[in-house]
Amino acid sequence: MALLEVRNVTKQFGGLLALNEVSFAVEAGEIRGLIGPNGAGKSTMFKTIAGFYTPTRGDILYEGASIAGSKAYANAARGVVRTFQETTLFQEMSVFENVLVGCHLRARSGVFSALLGLDRDKRLEAESRTEEVLEFMGLGARRQQLAKELPLGSQRALAIAVALAATPKLLLMDEPFAGMNPEETQHMMELTRKVRSSGVTIILVEHDMRAVMGLCEYITVLNFGSVLAQGTPAEVRNNDRVIEAYLGGA
Amino acid sequence: MKPSKLALPALFALAVFMVALPFGLKLHQQDFMISLLVWILVVSSYRLMALTGEYSLVHVVLMGAGAYGSALLAKLAGFSVWLAMPCGALVAAGLAAALSFPLFRMSGFYFLIGSFAAGEAIRLSWTYFTVPFGGPKGIKLIPSPELTLPGVGPIAFYEPIPYYYLTLIIVSISLYILYRLENSRIGLTMNAIHWRAPLAESVGVDTWRYRALAFVIASFFAGLAGALFCHYYGTANPSQFDVAAMVYVLIWVIVGGVSRFSGPIVGVVVLSVLNELFREAEQWRPLIYGCILIAAMFYLPDGLIGLPGRIRGWLDARRGAGAMVPGDGSEKPADFASSKQR
Repeated sequence: MALLEVRNVTKQFGGLLALNEVSFAVEAGEIRGLIGPNGAGKSTMFKTIAGFYTPTRGDILYEGASIAGSKAYANAARGVVRTFQETTLFQEMSVFENVLVGCHLRARSGVFSALLGLDRDKRLEAESRTEEVLEFMGLGARRQQLAKELPLGSQRALAIAVALAATPKLLLMDEPFAGMNPEETQHMMELTRKVRSSGVTIILVEHDMRAVMGLCEYITVLNFGSVLAQGTPAEVRNNDRVIEAYLGGA
Repeated sequence: MKPSKLALPALFALAVFMVALPFGLKLHQQDFMISLLVWILVVSSYRLMALTGEYSLVHVVLMGAGAYGSALLAKLAGFSVWLAMPCGALVAAGLAAALSFPLFRMSGFYFLIGSFAAGEAIRLSWTYFTVPFGGPKGIKLIPSPELTLPGVGPIAFYEPIPYYYLTLIIVSISLYILYRLENSRIGLTMNAIHWRAPLAESVGVDTWRYRALAFVIASFFAGLAGALFCHYYGTANPSQFDVAAMVYVLIWVIVGGVSRFSGPIVGVVVLSVLNELFREAEQWRPLIYGCILIAAMFYLPDGLIGLPGRIRGWLDARRGAGAMVPGDGSEKPADFASSKQR
């Protein structure tokens, strides 16, 4: 059974048809690329899976159960966690605190236990999980810095660390390579592989073709809200319809 | 924030000062101190709300709900004042919980206006319904608490000094609870919602619940402040809790500075004491008040609590300009390192 199955999902914004009967399935352990020209519906698809949009029609199955229209925080509790485009972080908080917030699901406590200090075990567990994630993402030395003071590459790594703190099974990454230089891209690719080998399935929405082709086993190409092609990087690269969509009809 | 070595002695000195204070004051100044303590609780509870990033205009009305609730329970239902006060606070908290459903569908400016409308609706219902709210004149002759200590006899809580101590104890405990809450896991999550609600949501935070939680707890303490207020002054009427009072709360919070727990407290203390000092120059008070406000907005964007850091920054800059390469001292404001420690 596929970890995630998107079934005939249609999303309409008023008269605009952003997604039209999109179907694809992602197996556990994959790094799946979701690509397409601007306006193809990648971001809409991404946000719909993450629970930020409700599909107009169709269904999304995660581990066999429907998650279509369920809220983002509820999806996170099931193990579906997204990252954001650009550098969406808690900018005024330290690196450590950013990841600590990410541990919310395992550390949340009631008002009274927080006041009486009864949540100590949970707090310590969250802190050790935070340390673990920071080491894993290579951010251990920066833990006291404010998020806004980090260089771009580290900010992106921190964004993934925040998501990992929530122990996802399916990680949705929204353009993690945008605006990066080749060296940073290389580093981020290694981190992404490392995350996958720790047992996390990844869906990657990305414009950077080199990164997508280098990372993904399987790629889904969207165009005008529909699935244009699916296949391995080599298949997609040589698909005439994909070439036409990207370069324009000749 | 990690308490520094000086924090404990400073807190102890403050406690001694607060306990000794009323004996050096005139009667009207003792009255002033009671109301100052009450307003400290109001602005501090407002800060908990502001921690999630939402500014409401219903806070003072909920303070009034606490006052009305407590007063009516004590007068009509025959509750002991000791029981009526926390029940009044619960009335305010309950109202806030009910208001959470419509209000937290909005955010930012719309939330502000929505909360204002909700507040006015509650306030106008006090004016409109003479039974039980007493209409525009409100409720009068609200009883003060009664307590008889063995060996001492009954305590005269209608006198300012005993009531001052009662208020001091309740407000101190409340502030301690609010402070702990802010520095707990819950406070961290609320702060996270303030900075990036979608990111918090993506890691599993039910942002609606946490916003509502902050609102309900803040309203509980506002209601408690209202109850303390009305059982001393003996009256509760709609005009005490009008928009003008709400605007004062906003001014105190903003001029004091919202970035730290102590900010709103510093704001209400400094501005109220100044206001009290210029009592002689009655006609000039609004002008002086206004000038201070404008000056604070211009020169202290972080509020009054940013002042020590700014002064240090200026001194460093001057020293730097004298001895070192130009521009060296302006590298970083001095309060930068101390602003967030964990």
